[in-house]
Amino acid sequence: MKLLNEAKTLIKVNIRDYGMYIALFVIMLTFSILTDGLFMSSRNISNLIDATGYIAVLAVGMTLVIVIRHIDLSVGFAAGFLGAIAAILLTQAGVPVYLTIPIILIMGIVVGLFNGVLVAHLGIPAFVASLAAMLIFRGALLRVTEKTGTIIVKDEHFNAIGNGFIPSLGKLGNLNLLSLLIGALIIVLFIYFEISKRNNKLKYNFEVISKGMFAVKLVFVSAIIAYITWILAGYNGFSWTVVIVLIVVVIYHFLTTSTVIGRHIYAVGSNPEAAHLSGISVKKITYFVFCSMGLLSALSGILFTSRLQSATTTAGTLFELDAIAAAYVGGVSAAGGVGKITGSVIGAVVMASLSSGMNLLGVGISYQYMIRGGVLAAAVIFDVITRKQRA
Amino acid sequence: MQNPHILEMKEISKEFTGVKALSNVSFKVGQGEIHCLVGENGAGKSTLMKVLSGVYPHGTYTGDIVFEGQVQSFTRISDSVKAGIAIIYQELALFPDLTVYENIFAGNEVKNGAVVDWNRTIIKAKEMLRKVNLSVNPEMLVKDLGVGKQQLVEIAKALSKNVKLLILDEPTAALNEDDSENLLELLRELKKQGITSIMISHKLKEVIAIADKVTVLRDGRTICTLDAAKNEISENVIIKNMVGREIEDIYPKRSGQQFGADVLEVRNWTAYDPRLGRNVAENLSLHVRKGEIVGIAGLMGSGRTEFALSIFGNPKDYKLQGELLMNGKKMNFKSPRDAIEAGIAYVTEDRKGDGLFLIQDIKQNISAANLQGVSARGRINLNEEVKVSNEYKKSLNIKAPSVEQIVGNLSGGNQQKVSLGKWLFVGPSLLILDEPTRGIDVGAKFEIYTIMNKLISEGMSIIMISSELPEVLGMSDRVYVMAEGEIKGELTAAEADQEKIMKLATQ
Repeated sequence: MKLLNEAKTLIKVNIRDYGMYIALFVIMLTFSILTDGLFMSSRNISNLIDATGYIAVLAVGMTLVIVIRHIDLSVGFAAGFLGAIAAILLTQAGVPVYLTIPIILIMGIVVGLFNGVLVAHLGIPAFVASLAAMLIFRGALLRVTEKTGTIIVKDEHFNAIGNGFIPSLGKLGNLNLLSLLIGALIIVLFIYFEISKRNNKLKYNFEVISKGMFAVKLVFVSAIIAYITWILAGYNGFSWTVVIVLIVVVIYHFLTTSTVIGRHIYAVGSNPEAAHLSGISVKKITYFVFCSMGLLSALSGILFTSRLQSATTTAGTLFELDAIAAAYVGGVSAAGGVGKITGSVIGAVVMASLSSGMNLLGVGISYQYMIRGGVLAAAVIFDVITRKQRA
Repeated sequence: MQNPHILEMKEISKEFTGVKALSNVSFKVGQGEIHCLVGENGAGKSTLMKVLSGVYPHGTYTGDIVFEGQVQSFTRISDSVKAGIAIIYQELALFPDLTVYENIFAGNEVKNGAVVDWNRTIIKAKEMLRKVNLSVNPEMLVKDLGVGKQQLVEIAKALSKNVKLLILDEPTAALNEDDSENLLELLRELKKQGITSIMISHKLKEVIAIADKVTVLRDGRTICTLDAAKNEISENVIIKNMVGREIEDIYPKRSGQQFGADVLEVRNWTAYDPRLGRNVAENLSLHVRKGEIVGIAGLMGSGRTEFALSIFGNPKDYKLQGELLMNGKKMNFKSPRDAIEAGIAYVTEDRKGDGLFLIQDIKQNISAANLQGVSARGRINLNEEVKVSNEYKKSLNIKAPSVEQIVGNLSGGNQQKVSLGKWLFVGPSLLILDEPTRGIDVGAKFEIYTIMNKLISEGMSIIMISSELPEVLGMSDRVYVMAEGEIKGELTAAEADQEKIMKLATQ
């Protein structure tokens, strides 16, 4: 029973990190039981993930913004506005998709640069600066959609980003072959990276978890990936949204955990004065984080416009608050310096699961808001309590 | 008087999740005496005072508190305040943007029914300020006062609540000699008025000067109580009891070192602070040779830290004039990064404020200024980082279970070593240490001095800024004395003594 004890201590030490996964598991299990398995059906999960995508990418960017002790309220309408510009470029200007997307992404970076100048250069509190930007983008969105109202996008390729699926390359039973292959590839890569990480640690003579525990972990995570793949493959396979979100998460996860710039971001968040004296340029980091936020806002705008296959006058309303909520639910600390990309994405999935599950159960929208508010409060309370215990 | 003891703490024990912070501490304070509490960091002094003042409520510790002959069970701080106990922490608890009189009566407002009577507040505040010998306009904002005066405001606040027992936690740690002397004088005066004081302090000279009794704590236990009336108090006796061993000489000897060429030379250096509207450093010239420890002595506010910042890439954006040469080459640093790359490292005075990343762990702190050293093409080798940190943990004797330990949970001495490790990892040729041993215990001080000696023997140069004269005299090869942003004199180790330095510093 050594293994069981090891598992117990591992969970105890990492309760903050695992808490979010446990919460997600409990929520999914509860809804599955309440809906007789409808919640975990291929179709529902596929929809749920696609509907989370445009919030998830915002939550990823917002994590970094909150980590460096700022906030960005402009992301919702920035996404709405940039999404509308994308629609205009595609329809009225006739710009092809492969040009539209990079143009919008670059515009996103420019938007971030604008916030960056206000916050990093002029020293305006981010709350105020981004509130101003939010109003400006809201106005700009109305301005560009004023004449036409809703702009319908007919470009198939563009609309596939939010609604389409990767090609199947044939079927295995009723399962999507390519998706299965990709799922298998992810598992192989995961196992490969974990083993090489462990071997590297052993090379340095560092302590590692026991072989048994390591095997349990590999099997456990692989099983989860396999299960999700199997569910998605049973419907239309992986959607393009899933692929895009996965790529964003992998890049940002790598950036925050393994790169110099990532570490500098956390250093600035945990003590800006000390960071400055350690030779880190707080200004540059602030610019970087806001530009990355702008880029992801643009991506979010593209995902949302393509999902609706149109740009509307109210696109992006309250996205910023959903993203902020996802980040806090995902364990990002309001005091700065603490927060994980994976946590925030899980936070976004938790919030989306609640909506989706309650929709299936026919819970009224009024109760849905209250319950989601309660979950947000509970997550932050959990965070505060576990932090106290650690200190 | 029936009971000569205003306070008796009997067999107090307090545990923090498995760690015994206090075990059976007994402690008696006589009516009207000044009782000093000394001990190394982590000895339990602050914990004991927190038990006394109700920060740790009744029931979370064992043992009895007898105050004025009655067993007390304080469940919150306001209970102890009501009983007449006031505690003044090292970090002052004032509101910087409120006036002096608002601060004095914060939480204890002078009211007319439900409305605050500000006129009476001001009159009463003036009275309190007179009691603490502070002549400032009560309508000034607290942030515009110096630290020494803020401390007096804090005491005035305590007096306004009819305090019987005043507890001061390292009251002089942030004060210069003059302000410290004033404070001690005030304590003596309060004693005449019948107010009992407990003072926690690391500065043994003060303790000896003022204490009627000294209680030494070590590892959560009472070691002894010394009585001035019986001539039991002396520095050697206290130190011996604090550390449980005799320290023959707290400044380790070094011998026969040779100085090389100038590593740093600063000529006619002036730094203007646009926020203050004055020069924080004026026409300074100094040089530091290879393998040398140069002390910069001076009182607080003499511009030592500002000077150090101005040569360390000027992070506060002073307007600079003058020349700075590293190894004979003229330099023009635009940011701390430039200074670091040129081989300067700066261990800050305020390690919690601008030195360390308290919520991060040891390894992240040690690598923070030199991530390039553990990474390739922007990617950090996390294993290499652990390895390097473990090396510093070992060589600097940082006491922690692992390098994954969060720095905020370490003791002051260990935090200082982490800070030192961070800067050593940069591989500097010139190390600036700003108050390197402030607030750390005697054992850790000795370790830091030993490390300094080792570094210069390896060819590094050190500038040591310090308010502690014995430290300056014990460690420096040469001493510059600063006052009002200027260098008032330069002394060699042979000619320097406390009187000469003080004379220059107070010119």
